[in-house]
Formats: sequence, structure tokens, C-alpha cells
Amino acid sequence: MSEAKMKLMQGNEAAAEGALAAGCRFFAGYPITPSTEVAEHLARRLPEVGGKFIQMEDEIASMAAIIGASLTGKKSMTATSGPGFSLKQENLGYAALTEVPVVVINVQRVGPSTGMPTSPAQGDVMQARWGTHGDHPIVAISPASVDETFEAAVHSFAISEKLRVPVVLLIDEVIGHLREGVRVRDESEIEEEMRKGPTVAPEEYLPYRDDGTGVPPMANFGEGYRYHMTGLFHDETGFPDMSADNAQGLMNRLMSKMEQHRGIYEWVQETQTEDAEVLVVSYGSSARAASRAVQQAREAGLRVGQLRVVTVWPFPEERLKAFRGHVDKVLVPEMNMGQLRLEVERVMGDSAEVVGIHRADGELFQPEQIYREIREVL
Amino acid sequence: MAAIEKYFRKWTLPHIWCPGCGHGTITGAVVRAIDRVGMGQDDTVIISGIGCSGRAPGYLDFNTLHTTHGRALAFATGVKMASPELNVIVMTGDGDAAAIGGNHLIHAARRNIDITTVCFNNSIYGMTGGQYSPLSPPESLATTAPYGNIDPSFDLCNLVEGAGGNYVARSTVYHITQLINYVAKGLEKNGFAFIEAVSQCPVYYGRRNKMPEVMDLLDWQRDNAVPIQQAEKMEPEELKGKFVIGEFVDGDTPEYTQSYEDLIADRAQKRGRS
Repeated sequence: MSEAKMKLMQGNEAAAEGALAAGCRFFAGYPITPSTEVAEHLARRLPEVGGKFIQMEDEIASMAAIIGASLTGKKSMTATSGPGFSLKQENLGYAALTEVPVVVINVQRVGPSTGMPTSPAQGDVMQARWGTHGDHPIVAISPASVDETFEAAVHSFAISEKLRVPVVLLIDEVIGHLREGVRVRDESEIEEEMRKGPTVAPEEYLPYRDDGTGVPPMANFGEGYRYHMTGLFHDETGFPDMSADNAQGLMNRLMSKMEQHRGIYEWVQETQTEDAEVLVVSYGSSARAASRAVQQAREAGLRVGQLRVVTVWPFPEERLKAFRGHVDKVLVPEMNMGQLRLEVERVMGDSAEVVGIHRADGELFQPEQIYREIREVL
Repeated sequence: MAAIEKYFRKWTLPHIWCPGCGHGTITGAVVRAIDRVGMGQDDTVIISGIGCSGRAPGYLDFNTLHTTHGRALAFATGVKMASPELNVIVMTGDGDAAAIGGNHLIHAARRNIDITTVCFNNSIYGMTGGQYSPLSPPESLATTAPYGNIDPSFDLCNLVEGAGGNYVARSTVYHITQLINYVAKGLEKNGFAFIEAVSQCPVYYGRRNKMPEVMDLLDWQRDNAVPIQQAEKMEPEELKGKFVIGEFVDGDTPEYTQSYEDLIADRAQKRGRS
């Protein structure tokens, strides 16, 4: 890799540029604060690279359009925020069941409902996991800086294409609107990640046949592999099959493909955890305040470490489990009333006391607030 | 028959529609129109939503996509916009297109994107067992209109015309030759084409509305369909309870994906110059 050039960018721009660098060539969206800059940036940039931008009539249509576009072989993305993310859920479930690669950016604002459109929150963490109905596979990534947002966008497409799974890029409003230096890479510096295509002739192609990887090879519409896709439970031919055996088999494969390929999406960062008695588990913008607080605690001679979760879903269960029996207290600062804390409690069980630090008032964490909590529990 | 057999996935038959349903006839009309205009199976994508009409593409040997309720046109817009070289056909129903998917219908027509939409109008939600749709006639009976429907019904052709559709026509299962002609014309039209195909649902509509036999409903189509030329000479009072068949729009406005391709070319040229 050649030396990356640094560029001052806004988080939403970095997400858009990261997507372009990953090969995104189709965007459908609908204006919504605080994600609109993603659409504005791509409206200008996509035609310059021969890609397509379309402003759809609503959020639901935008989600549908990117699935349609992806089916023809174009890497596709949409961007939205809370109310729009709610509207996208049905078709997000469609993409999960039919295994169409798509990336959905959700720049989180305070909710529920219209909430506080310009204020930051991390209130959509559980919605990103369970927003659509039914069990389903999904990935959600929550970057902590503008630079990491660029990388996360590149990574989102790679995961989505490799695993045929929808990826939610879960950005905090404050990251979306922050301006920072970004190590910009262009497309030639990024390994091309594209869904794997069929290796058999069209007449032998079964669109949902597992080749042993849990991820069936995907033919694009127009390539001569005529097949059927439906949001009904289907067998390996793609046609509806609602028998109990088939339904369970399909669900098992959808869930196990995620388990099988954990290495492709797992993304965590550990800092000063070796001798830690207290662990701070954090993500997104909250992790920045947490890092500062941990540093301050270390300077005061306290044994505190940080586990920063970048890929939030699937949750890095094994990485956290490794701390069982080693740490006594786990702090989870979140800009919500305690969503990922539930997951941390589940994984830690009785092995440690889990303490949530919450704020859902549209304001950021100050490092002092987290530092005070550290002092409190130690 | 042999000529059109190749367009069917014969192993998926028999279809799930009730005996006497008009949807098979409309599906046959679409396939005959495709055959007439010579569209390739590999280059054609057929997309549907939810409901009885939603099942049609599965029987057809093309790239076929059975999507979510009301959203077929939104998926289709993504397909066509991303890959304009593909032919895109949408098969939808009266509930799918006029109620839950109404917004997508308006905006696909407004953009004039090159998608041919065939709306299977059987005046009822059949798949869920006979609830009234926006196209159920006033006073008709349905499971959710046990005392008679008080909703005025929608004229979808009028709506699509108002929204900017480039080709708009209506025919019926009874007027099958005309229906095939209209679908073929729609397929050849560069732009948004909308063909409403009046269908019959003897099981969930006819039975409740004193037309229990298939022939009752086909007779109803024959007796109440007024050709557009004739309708123009009639008073509104005389047209009450009847519906107009024919071509309402046959335009030639710029097509959406072409406009975007022009924009890309224009940008490339300007960037080359600067």
C-alpha cells in the first residue's frame, strides 16, 4: 500500500468516500438529518465515477432500490437516521433472508420518534440488531472517529459482499458531523471484495445451495443465470418451501454462516487490559471519552483497561468472555439507557459487576463523568 | 401454445390461483406480449409484490423477484437505474399498487422510468381472504365491508396519467386480444408504461357480490367495459358503474435512466475539458 494521503473531512463525507473507494456504484436515499450529507456528497460524486444516485420518494423505496441494484451486481448503499431506519426495517429483513449484499448507514440521532434530530445518541443499537421481525443475521459497525468511519465503510462492503449479509454502519451524529483528518485511500489501494459468483453452468445453478462455506455463490441478474428470489422461506432452488425441515435448515444456515466467519467481521480494540481490575466496554463516540478517562485513571495508578467494540453486532462474545475471572467491574458508558450493557451483563454473568453509565439527553460524555464512575467503583 | 411454453418454469405448475381466477389469463397475456416484442429471457427481470398477483413471476422463466408488499416498483427502480440494459416488468395487484404501494406508483410514473407495469385488478384482497381494496366498487361487499363498501374507488389509469406515465391503458381478461396488444405496446414504449388488467376473483369477490360463477364476472366485464371512443360521447351519468377501456396516454417524454446516462456523459466531458 502506498502512503495514504491525509485529508480533512466530515464523518458523513468520509463514509461516502469510503464507500466509493470500496466500489460502491449505486446509492438511493431520502433526505434526513443528520445523514443528509452522505446523499449530497454521493449525488455529486457518483456520476463522476460512472455510478448512479437516485433520491427516492421515501425511505422504504430507498431500501428497496438498493436491493434491486445490488441484484444486478452493483455495490449499493443507502443512508438514513432514526425515523428512516425504522421505515427501512421490513426491506432490511428482506435483504437478510434473501442474502442480498447491501450497506445501510444510520447516523444516529436522539429518539424515539422525531426526537432530537440534530443531537447525538446511541439509541439505535438494539434496533440495528433486532429492528426487523424474525431471527436474522446482520452486522453493525460503530466507528469512533472520522478516519475510522472511512475504514468502516470500506470494511462494511467487504463483509456484506463476502457473507451476503446486510451491514449497518452505525454512526453517532457527532462523528457524522465532526471534521478530522482521514487517511484517504483510493480504489486501486483497496482489495476488491465482490460476492463470489457461480462456478457451474446456468442449468446447474441452484441459487441457495450451500457450497460448504455457508454462503451460497450469487449470480447477478442479467448474467444468464435465471433464478427466482422471494422473501418467503425458500429451498436451495430459491422457490418457496415452507416445510418445517426446510425452514429450520435455512434459519440454521443463515445464523451459522455468521458464526463460521467471525474473523471476517470481528473488530475490537483492547487498551491496557493486561492487569486491569476494571474494564470499560464502549463504542462509537462514547469510546473517545472513555479512552481519555482510562488514561487519566492509569495516570492516577488505577488498574483500568478498555475494550472498544467497533463491530457491535454480532457481539464479540468470546473477546469479552476472556475477561471473566480477571476483572471485577465492567463499566459500560452509552448514550442511551443501557442497550449494549444488557449484552455485557449476559456475557459476564456473575463473574463481574456490570455498571451502566447512561445519558440520553443529546449531550456527549465528558471524560470526567466516566472517570468519576471509575473512581466510584474502585 | 408451444411458442410460449419456453417462457414458463413448467416444474412450478400447477399454479396456486383458485379455479376461475383471471390471473393466469393475464400472465398468459404478458408472456404472449413478451414473445411478440422478442424480449430475451436472460435480459428481462420480472418483479412483483405481495398478493395473488405476486405469485405470477415465479412461474415464468426469467430473472424473477418476489418482493415485499407494495414495493415492487421501488425494487424495480433500483434494478433499472443500476442496469438500464435490462428490461424490467412489474406485475402488481390493486391492493399492492393502489394502497400500500401507491406512492411508488406515482413516483415511478413521474420519473418516467422505463418499467412496464401490469396491474392485475380483481377488486379485492384475495390472498388474505376478501377484504375491500381501493379499487373495490362502492357498495360492494367484502369481509371488511360487511354492510357494503362506502369508499369511493380509485381510477388508477387517471392517477398514472396525472403523475406523468408515458403509456397508460386499460383492458380486461374478457378483452384478451386487446390486453395482449396493450402490454406489447407498453413493453416497446421507452418510459413508464402502465396497463391495468381487469381480472376476476370468483371466490372472494364474485361469490359475495352475486356473481358466483366465472362467467358472471366475465359477462360483467363485457357489459360494463366502455371503449374510450364511445365513452367520449357519453354523459357522466351514463358512465356510472361502468369503466373505460382503451389507451389513455401514448406519449414520448424523455426516459429517466437515459437522462441520467446523459448527465454522466456530460460530466465526463466537462471534467475532461477542465
